[in-house]
Amino acid sequence: MTLPTLVDDRFRAAASSSGLLDVSYDVTESPLGRLFLAASERGLCRIVYDAEPEAEEERLARGFGARVLRAPRALDETRRELDDYFEGRRHAFELPVDLRVVGDFQRQVLGRLAEVPYGSVTTYGALAAESGRPRAARAVGGAMNRNPVPIVLPCHRVVGSDGRLVGYGGGLERKVALLRLEGVEL
Amino acid sequence: MRVPPFERFYETHRDEIWAFLVRKLGRERAEDAFQETFLRALRAYPRLEHARHLRAWTYTIAGRVAIDELRRRRTEELPAEPATEDGRPGYAQIEHLAAELPPTERAAVVLRYAYDLDYDDIGTALGSTPEAARQAASAGVRRLRRKELA
Repeated sequence: MTLPTLVDDRFRAAASSSGLLDVSYDVTESPLGRLFLAASERGLCRIVYDAEPEAEEERLARGFGARVLRAPRALDETRRELDDYFEGRRHAFELPVDLRVVGDFQRQVLGRLAEVPYGSVTTYGALAAESGRPRAARAVGGAMNRNPVPIVLPCHRVVGSDGRLVGYGGGLERKVALLRLEGVEL
Repeated sequence: MRVPPFERFYETHRDEIWAFLVRKLGRERAEDAFQETFLRALRAYPRLEHARHLRAWTYTIAGRVAIDELRRRRTEELPAEPATEDGRPGYAQIEHLAAELPPTERAAVVLRYAYDLDYDDIGTALGSTPEAARQAASAGVRRLRRKELA
């Protein structure tokens, strides 16, 4: 006997408001394709392009605890801010982010990254210098590549010192699309 | 074997637990019981040390929830004392009238007019049918009227 959708939805909503979940997630459509979104009680902790939900559940369970559940309601605000961003109405995110599973250096770099304004770009070298390790441009590249919350922490705004786009976890065409959306001339 | 992410566990067991609760409690009551079962599982989940016997564990929780629900239902279904103007229990007000009726008519009249049960329930209580319960109650009422007129 298949569980009725309404009963399933009701349980997921109750679980979400119970405060018992380590991580709530949902999969949502965006102009850049399907996005896997996940949040803990502290804030947004994952955005993944083209995700395999089961692999992401495993990863989240290892990092945050096994109580990982698809609970769309918990991601309502995230979805709203992302929709506003993709429609050009939002230039800065107000969502809290949860970076507890990120190492110290990466957290520091992501902290600087969060300050790069909408519609502008910076370089890996400049971010390295701002993070106190001027020769660590490559390590900054690695930190960008492992950015747990792309789009919201704008690693698409980081380019090579010669202006080349270099790379992007979600694929270069998405980096181009995000920069164009923000009005950056390429 | 580590416990799987809760979503995997939930997706694996939700349909059979739903079917189990519907069988035990009926469709309507199963909804709350289903939610309660998986909320209890969610609460206890971090204390699980391995993933063996997860299915049996889930059935144990669902079984307990169903028993709690059945107990609650029995308590709720005990007939409440109908409120009366003088504060006496409803049956006390007609007891003296019904006292002289034959046992089945008396029970039917008291259950119908003092406890406000419907004929389905009265039939069940008397071990007969709703129609027989209706006939017993009206026969009792006719007899009481005749007594009053006499």
